[in-house]
Order: sequence, then structure tokens, then C-alpha cells
Amino acid sequence: MNHHAYRPMFVLTAGLSLGLSLMVLGGAQAQQPAAPAAPAAAAAPEPIKIGIVTFLSGPAAAPFGIPDRNGAEVLIESLNAGKAPAPYNQVGLGGAKIEPKYVDEAGSATDQVTQFRNLVERDHVDVVMGYVSSGNCLAIAPVAEELKQLTVFDICGTPRIFEEKPRHYVFRVNPTATMDNVAAAKYVLAKMKDISVYSGINQNYAWGQDSWRDFHLAMTDLDPKATVDKELFPKLFAGEYGAEISTLLTSKSQIIHSSFFDGDLEAFIYQSTARGLPQRIPLVLTTGETSLWRVATKLPDGTIIGSRGPHTFFAHDSDLNTWFHNIYVDRYGLQPVYPAYDMAQSMLGLKTAWEKAQAKKGGARPTTEEVIAAFEGIEFKTPSTTVRMANAHGHQGITDTAYGTYKFDKAEIKPTLVDIERYPAECVNPPPDVDSVTWLQGGMKGAKCN
Amino acid sequence: MLLTAFAIVTDGLVYAAYLFLVAVGLTLIFGVMKILNVTHGSFYAFGAYGAAIAVGIYFDQGFPAAGGFLLMIVVAMAIGLVLGLVLERGLLRLVYGKDEVVVVLVTYAAFLILEDVIQLIWGTSSYALYQPLDIAGNVDVGALTLSGYDIGLVIFATLVAAGASFALKYTRWGRVLTVVIFDRELAAAFGINVSLVYTLTFVVGAMLGALGGVVMAPKIAVTLGIGVEVIVLAFAVVAIGGMGSVGGAFVGALIVGLCRAAAVHLVPQIELFVIYAVMALVLVVRPQGLFTRAQPRKI
Amino acid sequence: MAARSIVIGTLAWLLVAAAAPALPQWLVSLATVAFANALVVLGLVILWRAGLVPFGQALYYAIGAYTVALIGRYSEIRDVFLMIAAAAVLSGLTAFLTGLLLARYREIFFAMLSLAMSMILYGVLVKTETLGSTDGFHVEQPTYLGYAPQGNMHLLVLFWLVLACGALSALLVSFYFRSVAGSLAVPVRDSEIRLEFLGVSVNRLIHLNLVIAGTLAGIGGALAAFAVEHVDPDMSYWTTSGGFVFVTILAGAGSVAAAFVGSFVFELLKSIAYDLLPGTWQMFLGAALLVTILFLPEGIGSLFVRLQRRPEAKAMGAKMGAKSTSALS
Repeated sequence: MNHHAYRPMFVLTAGLSLGLSLMVLGGAQAQQPAAPAAPAAAAAPEPIKIGIVTFLSGPAAAPFGIPDRNGAEVLIESLNAGKAPAPYNQVGLGGAKIEPKYVDEAGSATDQVTQFRNLVERDHVDVVMGYVSSGNCLAIAPVAEELKQLTVFDICGTPRIFEEKPRHYVFRVNPTATMDNVAAAKYVLAKMKDISVYSGINQNYAWGQDSWRDFHLAMTDLDPKATVDKELFPKLFAGEYGAEISTLLTSKSQIIHSSFFDGDLEAFIYQSTARGLPQRIPLVLTTGETSLWRVATKLPDGTIIGSRGPHTFFAHDSDLNTWFHNIYVDRYGLQPVYPAYDMAQSMLGLKTAWEKAQAKKGGARPTTEEVIAAFEGIEFKTPSTTVRMANAHGHQGITDTAYGTYKFDKAEIKPTLVDIERYPAECVNPPPDVDSVTWLQGGMKGAKCN
Repeated sequence: MLLTAFAIVTDGLVYAAYLFLVAVGLTLIFGVMKILNVTHGSFYAFGAYGAAIAVGIYFDQGFPAAGGFLLMIVVAMAIGLVLGLVLERGLLRLVYGKDEVVVVLVTYAAFLILEDVIQLIWGTSSYALYQPLDIAGNVDVGALTLSGYDIGLVIFATLVAAGASFALKYTRWGRVLTVVIFDRELAAAFGINVSLVYTLTFVVGAMLGALGGVVMAPKIAVTLGIGVEVIVLAFAVVAIGGMGSVGGAFVGALIVGLCRAAAVHLVPQIELFVIYAVMALVLVVRPQGLFTRAQPRKI
Repeated sequence: MAARSIVIGTLAWLLVAAAAPALPQWLVSLATVAFANALVVLGLVILWRAGLVPFGQALYYAIGAYTVALIGRYSEIRDVFLMIAAAAVLSGLTAFLTGLLLARYREIFFAMLSLAMSMILYGVLVKTETLGSTDGFHVEQPTYLGYAPQGNMHLLVLFWLVLACGALSALLVSFYFRSVAGSLAVPVRDSEIRLEFLGVSVNRLIHLNLVIAGTLAGIGGALAAFAVEHVDPDMSYWTTSGGFVFVTILAGAGSVAAAFVGSFVFELLKSIAYDLLPGTWQMFLGAALLVTILFLPEGIGSLFVRLQRRPEAKAMGAKMGAKSTSALS
């Protein structure tokens, strides 16, 4: 250890120069901000930059991030070529091509806030879209408001985004996770009318805790005499569930609720089927659809599967659905899972709003405020269903949903879902003026289930 | 009630087997080389991926099951050998003698790099190797069904523990390792080629780490990030048992396994804390871990 | 000598503070987070000089962050100085209490025990659903002695506050290093037992260092919470602690200013990695760390020290003739 007196100035100056030079580089990279209300020019209109943030690495990449990104990529390619079916056949958004920039959602919420600011202030994107993790959505929302940046959340499911504070610049097309668990409870009770005991195994973090709470509250509303036996919350990404499986095997449960996804879900399925658990006590997997293609041969028939919306197996038949499904399979050789559909919904919602605002302006490029005004409360068709921006003053979308029972088709060697039940949007989503937990605790008053 | 108690014991043993297999390589490396090897997580992950791919192909071709299990061990040794040699000769050699923390950070840097290497080689999707689970079948004990594979795991872990202890005590190389664990300078003074011992230990540790990944592969979904979770668990077990002590890792794994199983069955709310609470408790009572001698302070 | 460094340092800080309004906003917010984290690193530098590297500084960081977040959520208090003082007191107190236990441990056990403590806090925060569990919750914007900045100003004002805190801490820590207690840190690392024979209570010294480091980490956490406007249990996770240790190595334990430069460089590196290499940014960071360790084992700070030591060493060497300059350890 030397005892020289250090020269902070040299150190700081060097650091500053490094920082400033990088800033200049970064500034040179970024294009000029999109000019508001530019006249409709005969030359190709300036592209619309969209920052797309999703998990490109880590365990959440395979089930969510990559399908999310793929959905965006293939849709943007088609839109930019003007090849999408009506009413989406205009090139890009309103004639201007979309220029995506993909950002990895990995790292801490602090890192993500920094990346968001970079997207907005350094890269000058027009729209930010994406985010899988509810934690990140919650951290980003106030920053989006502060920076006046139009942001469309894609997969994160927490109702807290709009329930804690109204937002002006933030939209979410896809419904919250409340819908998934309310519908699950309805389906379970429809299939097992005399159920008396149920259990749950959910990951020990906000998503798992919220999913269980909503399911439990909904079950209590719909069937007060059903009781809970075991509430298990193993660590996220624990991977080893021997003790939990033993606990469930020796419990009196008739059904097991789980919001597990991908790695944890698959590990749980392998380990539990080896010990006969789901064959004996049916599983209700609220987000099970993402893993269906991988565990197809292992999952026992009779498992109840949700897709966080009427996606893939549950999608309503339409030209739009067939088209999207085909371009995805052609491009990637894989079946699309619901995150891809979620992204498609978000992108098409944005497109509808943008083009509506542009039409109102006589063909001129709309400003952020104009897009927002057009976005609020609209209704539009997607490959899965119809979305209506009904809640949170027009910023939160609701859709219908569906649940089904798993059946492996041995003849064609592929997974299928049977006994599909659909639930209309106003039946399983809270009404516009009530927050989800209050709604559930109050017996789901105001739900319209015809 | 009795069934729950029985379940706690069996679950505790299975989890302990998992912890032990994951920690034993780390404790050896730490005991001999005094390096807290963060790359251990990568050995585990590479082992799991290697097994999922190679052994998966083997089983898909329909070759006899016994060969499949043997192949798993071979895969672990091969991966451990290659990774261990590359890391020890290529990287660690450059930082021997530097500050302990610096060496840990070198292994941390290597771990970060290897995480993305895995992604580059095998992509982001997950792989499964469920055939061994199927083949092992299951055993019913009342309402409780035990997986044959789990039982096999417990037996395997015990064999590894016994084998490692035996090797350390009764083979020549084992005794050399023990001397180096106890006092490196003294060992060198007696003419032991410490550098060779280091390489040997690191490779063996890598093989054991990979073996941990290989045997766990059939139970988990082999996907990105499985290495990270394992690191802290392995460190905790090693801290509890004492560095360099195979017996310590075994007992430490047992304690944590049983406590955790009891928590899951009886008090699920504390399950998240159990391993850290046990570690903190053991360190408070016996700061050097359960099975190592307190080091006399050197003047 | 010391006075000159202080003057130069102050000038440098003033330069940065004056330049802030002209710099792009994303850089200012990045620097705010970097300099808030630098306070934690400063604490780590203090401990590293004594030969200890805790892997659980995230504990105090999270306590500082959650303190200001909870005050904002459950009370009407918004004054930033009050909130930071509360954060400092709480994290310092926690450091005092945990230090009672931790000061008795060394090396890897010290690291593991501090890690265990931060993970226990993590577990508690995750289980607390009223605080949003892993989603965390929003941090209200503070006021500055009554002044409530509007719009973009709040970012700038926060940056100036962080700079001020950083400068003050840097000053105080350099004084500490020159004090008796501070300069005893190196002997603690080299040979505790000899120090004890001289009558110094090593455990008490380490306890003091732990409290200082913990308080700094708490202040850093509070400032980071204001910068990001969000807290979540991840702030107590061991990978957060690992990040701080990473920066400490990057910066080197030699100089106080290096903690700030190192932290800034790290945030920039991360930003570049995310931007240019989405999906393989871990590899980039790992490689950067390796390069630093292998070629700059005493961190970035040593680069500049070496640059201006060479002409001096030559002069000194010429002067001293046969005596070799053994200033470099």
C-alpha cells in the first residue's frame, strides 16, 4: 500500500472526459427527435421509433421474452411491408415505417429505470413498449409520466399500475392478472361443483402472492364453503419441490392452484408426475399455456390450463388469427405462445390509436398527446379477440378469457384443450371505478356474466 | 401425523442429497486452494446442459437404461475435466497469490462470461431430461409416493460422501490433499508439488460440480440461470460445514435439508429464511464451521 | 499536500456541478445513481483497506432506501435532509448492532455472515405484501428546505444534492484515512495480532469501520431511492452487494475519488453493454472485470497515480541514489 497523496483532480478529469466523450458518441448515435406535426411529405415519412423492452436473457427469456420479441419482430416486418389484413393494412403506423429497438429487461429495477431514460432522452424513441415484470412496470410508470413518454405495457399483470394513481402517458392493452384467477375459480367450480378443499403452490414473490390472493378471494366469493388446506410459497426459481410435493400428497386437497411458469412449472411437472401427484389431484395452471408444447407428453389429461387471455388454443377463429399464426410459424418454425399474442395486441392497439389520430389531423403525423387522446377508450380487433380500453379512464384494456382442460392427442401427437369455457370481459374484470382487491372482497359486485 | 413426520425425514434427506452433491466440489476447492469459486455455478449449469443434451439423445435412441446412467457420470467427468483445466491453467494461474477477494472476483467474472457462453451455445430455450425419472419409477408409502430417482439420489450422495472421505483419508493423493488443506506452507516444505495439487483439486471440484448438475438435470428444467441459484446454496452449506471438510458438507447439508423440509410441512412462511438462519446460527456458535479446526492465529 | 488535494477536489466537484444543466438528462440521471452508489463503494473501500470485504452491504443500502420510501408513504414529511438523516441514523444503528456480531469474524465467514443478514432482510421484505413484496413501491419526491422543484429541475437538484453528499463524504473519509483510527486499517489487514500486542482493540476498530460503512451505504441507498423513485427487495439481494464489490475492485482501494469515478464508469459500462449487446451484456461486464483485475490490479485509481508517479519517482530515484523507491507495494 503506498502512501502517496493522491491527486483527485487527475482522476476526476479523466473520468469526466471519458464520460463526456461517450455522451458525444451517444448523442451522435441518436437521431433527431421526431418533429411534431410535420407536414405530410411526398418523400418517405420519418420512421417511428419504438423501444421494445423484454427479457432477452435469463430464465424468463424462453417462456416470455423471446416469444414477446418474436411477436413484435414478425408483426413489424409485416406491417412495414403493408401486408397485414384490413383494417391494419397501412404501412407501419399510418404510412411511416416502424423502427424497433430491442432492450433486455434483465437486471434490477434501478437498471431498467436507467435504460428507460436512455431510450427516451438519448435515443428519442416515440413509444416504449413491453415489460414482463410487474416490478419493472411499477418502477417505470411514474418515470414515463415524468418524462411525458407514451408507454404501452405488454405482459406485466399487476393491477397496481393504474389503481395506485391515474396515468396519462401509460397504457396497457392486455388485462390484469385478476382476470386470470377469477376465471380460474369459475372454471374450477363449474367442473367440480362439490369441491370442499383446495390448495395452492405459487412462487414466493409478488406475482405468485397476488395470483393466490385473487384466486382465494374469488373462490370465497363464489363458494364460501370451500376451504384452503395448504398455501405453499417456494422460492422463485427454487427448482426442487420434493417437500412441497410430499406436503400436497399427504393433504386433503381436491385441486391445486398454481401460477408457476416455465422453468419452475416444468420442473414441478416432471417431479410431481414422477410421484403421481397431478394424476391424483388436478392442477390449475393459470399461465400453463406457455409450457404446453414442452411438457406435452408429461402433463396428465385433466389438468386445467389458462393462457392469460383467449390466446392460441382459445383464440376466436378469424382471418386475423390465422394470418398471425401463420406468419409466426413460417418465420420461427415454432407455435406462438400467448406472450406473442400479447405483443400483437399491444402493437395493433397502438396502430389503431395512431392512425385514428392521424386521420383526425387530415393525414399529418400526430403528436403524443393526440395519440393518447385517440387511444383512450378505443375498441379494436386482435388475432385473439376484441379489446376494449374500458378501465382506468380508457388506459387499461379488458378482454374476454377462457380456460380449458388438457388432453393429449395421441393420434396426432400434440397437446389439445377440451371443455373450453369462455368468460365475457365484464364478468371477470373489475368494473372501471373499483380496484381489484376491493371488488373481490365485495363479492365481485357489478360483474356482468349474463 | 406419522406420515408427515416420515415425509419430513424423506424430503429432508432428498434435499440434503441435492445440497451435498452441489456443495462437495466447492468445499474441496475452498479447503485446498482457499478460493471461493463462484464459477462453481457454471460447472453445475454446464453439467446439467451437457447431460440434458447428450444423455437425452442417448435415451431417445432407445439404448439400454443402465448405459444411460453411466453416460451421465462420464459426461460430468468430461465437462469437469475440460472446464476445470481451462479455468485453472488459463485463468486462475494468473492471479494466484493476489488478494483473496480479487481471486473471488476473477471467478465471478468467469461465471458471468460462462453464463452468456451457455446462452450462445444452447440458446434461451429450456431442455428436459425426464427419462431417468421415468425409468426409476416410484414407491408408495401410504398416501405418500416417493420417487425412485430421489431414493437413488440419496444413496448416490451417501456413496459420494463415503468415497470422497475414504479417498481423502486412505489414498496417497487424498492424504496429500488433506495436508495441503491443513497447512499449505508446511506441505510445500515437505516437497509436495502444491501447484499440481491445485490443478488436481480444481479439476476434481469441477467434476463434482458438474456431477451435481448432471444428477439434478432429470428433475429440473435445464434453462438459463440455474447456476445462480445454486451458488448461494453451495456457499451456505460450505460455510456451515467448514471449508475443506467433506463430512462437514454432508452434515451441513443434512441439517439444512431437514430444517427446510420441516419448515415446508409445518411452518411454510419461514421456508425462505431457513438456510440463512441456520448458517447464521452455526457461524455464531462455531465461527469456523462445524468440522474444521479453529485456525491458530499466525504471528 | 493534503490541502492542495482538497482544493483541487473541490474545484473538480464545482466544475461537474456547474456543467450539469448543460449535460443531457440521461447522463445526469445515470450519474446521480452512480454517485449515490459510490457512497456505498466508499464504505467498502474503508473496509477493504482493513482486509474485510462484506458481501452484505446491500442490507444497509436497502434500509436507507426503504426508510425514505416509508417516510414518504406513511407520513407527510417530505424534507430531504430530514429523510436522509433518518436513513443515516437507522442504517448506522443497524450497522452498530450487526457489527457487534460481525466484528468478530474475518475473511470468508465475515463475507458469508453479512450476506446471510442481507438475505434475511430480503426474505422479510418479500414476505411483506403490504409493501408490495417483490414489486416494491413508489418513492415520493422530496422537497429541499421547503423548495419543491418542478419538472426537470427535480432531477438537477437531486444531482447537486448527491454531488454535495459525495463531496462531503469524500472529504470526511479522507480526513478519516489520515487520522489515527483510519491509518490503523492497513496494519489490521497485515497483522492483527501484532496490533493487539500494541494495545489496540482490533475488534473495536473494525466495529467502527463497519458503522461508518453502514451509514454511508444507508445514505447511498436513500439517494438512490430518490433517483429511481422506486424501492424493491432486490436492493437487499446478494447480487446487489456483489455489484458494489465489483465497483470497489474496479475503482481500487487506494483513492477516495476513485470510488466515484469507478462507480460512474461502471454505470456507463452497463449502459453501453445493454445498448450494444442486448442478451450478452453479462459477458461484456465479466470481460471488463477480468481485464481490470489482470491489468489494473489496483483499480482505475491506480492508473492515474502511476501516470504521475513516474516523473516523480525518477526525480526521487535520482535524488536518493542507491535507495530504491519502494512506495509501490
